[in-house]
Amino acid sequence: METREQVRQFIISNFYVSDPAALADHASLLDAGVVDSTGVLEIITFIESTFSVSVEDQEMLPENLDAVSNIVKFVHKKTGK
Amino acid sequence: MCGIAGIVSLGERGAPPSRELLTRMAGAMEHRGPDEFGVYRDARAGLAHSRLSIIDLSTGQQPLSNEDGTLWISFNGEIFNYVELRAELEQLGHRFRTRSDTEVIVHAWEAWGEAAFEKMNGQWAVALWDSKSQTLVLCRDRVGVRPLYYAEHEGQLLFASEVKALFAGAPSFPRELDPIGLDETFTFWTVVPPQTVFKGITELEPGHARVWRRGAFVHDVAYWKPIYPEGATHRFSGSLQDATEALSFALEEATRLRMVRADVPVGSYLSGGLDSSVVAALAQRAKPSGFRTFSLRFADAEYDETPYQRAMVERLGTEHSEVLVSRKQIADVFPSVVRFTERPILRTAPAPLFLLSKLVRDSGIKVVLTGEGADEMFAGYDSFREAKVRRFWATSPKSSWRPRLLERLYPWLLRSPVSQQAMTRQFFGRGLENARNPGFGHEPRWSGASALKRLFSPALHDALQGHDSIGRLLSNLPAEFPRWTYLAQDQYLEVRTLLSGYLMSSQGDRMLMGNSVEGRFPFLDRNVIALANSLPASFKLKVLDEKHVLKRVSKDLVTPAILSRAKQPYRAPDALSFIGADRPGWVDELMSAQALKASGLFDPRAVGALWNKCLARKDGQFSNADNMAVVGILSSQLVHQQLVRAAPSTKVPVIKTFIEK
Repeated sequence: METREQVRQFIISNFYVSDPAALADHASLLDAGVVDSTGVLEIITFIESTFSVSVEDQEMLPENLDAVSNIVKFVHKKTGK
Repeated sequence: MCGIAGIVSLGERGAPPSRELLTRMAGAMEHRGPDEFGVYRDARAGLAHSRLSIIDLSTGQQPLSNEDGTLWISFNGEIFNYVELRAELEQLGHRFRTRSDTEVIVHAWEAWGEAAFEKMNGQWAVALWDSKSQTLVLCRDRVGVRPLYYAEHEGQLLFASEVKALFAGAPSFPRELDPIGLDETFTFWTVVPPQTVFKGITELEPGHARVWRRGAFVHDVAYWKPIYPEGATHRFSGSLQDATEALSFALEEATRLRMVRADVPVGSYLSGGLDSSVVAALAQRAKPSGFRTFSLRFADAEYDETPYQRAMVERLGTEHSEVLVSRKQIADVFPSVVRFTERPILRTAPAPLFLLSKLVRDSGIKVVLTGEGADEMFAGYDSFREAKVRRFWATSPKSSWRPRLLERLYPWLLRSPVSQQAMTRQFFGRGLENARNPGFGHEPRWSGASALKRLFSPALHDALQGHDSIGRLLSNLPAEFPRWTYLAQDQYLEVRTLLSGYLMSSQGDRMLMGNSVEGRFPFLDRNVIALANSLPASFKLKVLDEKHVLKRVSKDLVTPAILSRAKQPYRAPDALSFIGADRPGWVDELMSAQALKASGLFDPRAVGALWNKCLARKDGQFSNADNMAVVGILSSQLVHQQLVRAAPSTKVPVIKTFIEK
């Protein structure tokens, strides 16, 4: 499965999104209310366990974590794709 | 403390109310008043009453009338200044047959009409029927401690303390959940009166009186409104020390009245926090020996406050009882809890309080004081401090140290990785540009709850097209709202949305009455409220020190540890209570696709994803959103099962007082 699909699947099931079509890749997950402040930790755990990478403190930034497209870009950077 | 109900014919010639249905209405509220039942009926109107005898045990039966039997009352609550009002009325020539506060309301209405309610200091829901002028008056206390609902059905007006009694009085009433009520619940954490979660049923607003004459609606008036300072107008003019003394006096008097105006023993809750400790300490002055206190303990250490409670018990030397609450008990008792809240809830916090009131009742006590209302009146909640920090931050949005003040409120932020603060800033920094607008302080909470609407079914979403709960609330604010300080604005919205609708309805009155115990709330005394509202913002929230003036009052009343401890919000295990292997069968039943389709409220696929996630995570680290979602879905499903699908009560109690005119 490609990264984008994996990330979307995770967001949709973990944050119980009932209308996947309405989940835009570029939309802020925090602004949309899909993720709250503790939900961010769930995203980090998902990235680390699914892609076997380690997310450093200084990488926990909205530009890496706060949208499907940001997460995909970040994962690609970390895995060297 | 009691339950009230009634039926009045609308239009010029409606059928007389049925004795059988009036009796069933009283029977549906047996928990509110198990001691005696009464019914009054004439050709146009009927009143029903379930009594919990507390004042004037021998002659306080209801319905009760004036001297010539033309004005009848069904009353739930207490008028704490009834002794003083009675003296005033006797001066005016009124003669009394009983010692009850109920009779005082009858004569007060005769003497002063609608102006009578302003004179009353207490907690009440009352129905007055003047058979001469064929006038029905429904009235509720200032902040909505006691509930009152009404509905029209087939040419009749029905009213009752609880929705289940309304349904019992109108078996053919179409029982259905109201999408707008659900939308408000998943925004504000509860419905805001007059909205309810039931189609066709209205909740009388706190502080209102509503009048019908000859079967037609006349008017609905707010006999009381909260007053906050506008500049120097209405503002307490003394120093902080003056305010401390004034509050000390008002609180002591409020507590004393609630202790002595009862013909049965009065006890007190003791949570381990500041508010109930102050109340218990003041109450004990009114009853130095044999005073009883009651505490809730949690098997989960995270929520438990036992050491603070016990230190206070030792200081006061009260006769103390405790109940230890586990996750399993919360799950087991939850259906009963929802039967009494009669509305969906997003927290399990009411459940332990239901177990606590059972302990009180089993101990033979019918009345307890609690500390509820202090956080609303004296700005105790974190949300007030959070709003202050966010407004301060908004004046310089680029500042990186201003948002760090949030760490003072939420110490866990300090422990999180430095860079995660970027995410936190993103979260709390949303909408900073609205810092001057109404609702800014509540926005993080409202948007957090609103996000859960993604779990609603497509049909519910369709029904809500074009509806905006926040917009509706904010377009209906008092004209003076913009002239209040930001703290007063935040306090007003907190009181308007949650004091009656959640705190009293779900944690206070309902959980107490579910076990036939009356709650009394010194912080919701008329004079305490007026004083609290008049204080400058800095007396309540001094920089980030919450309840500042109350802490000054409490200095010699509570243990130093209670005075200096950080505020611990009252919480109970939420989703955690329902995922254990020993969970009751109804949980999985109501979470099943079949049950979700049957109620039609939620999207089974999205709920399935949530539920599977929760069941897989036994470590218990649930986000706030997951917790609220699980409890909100289960409680909505229970409301649907118990109050929509189930047939109304047909229980017929033995009527001790029956008056037929």
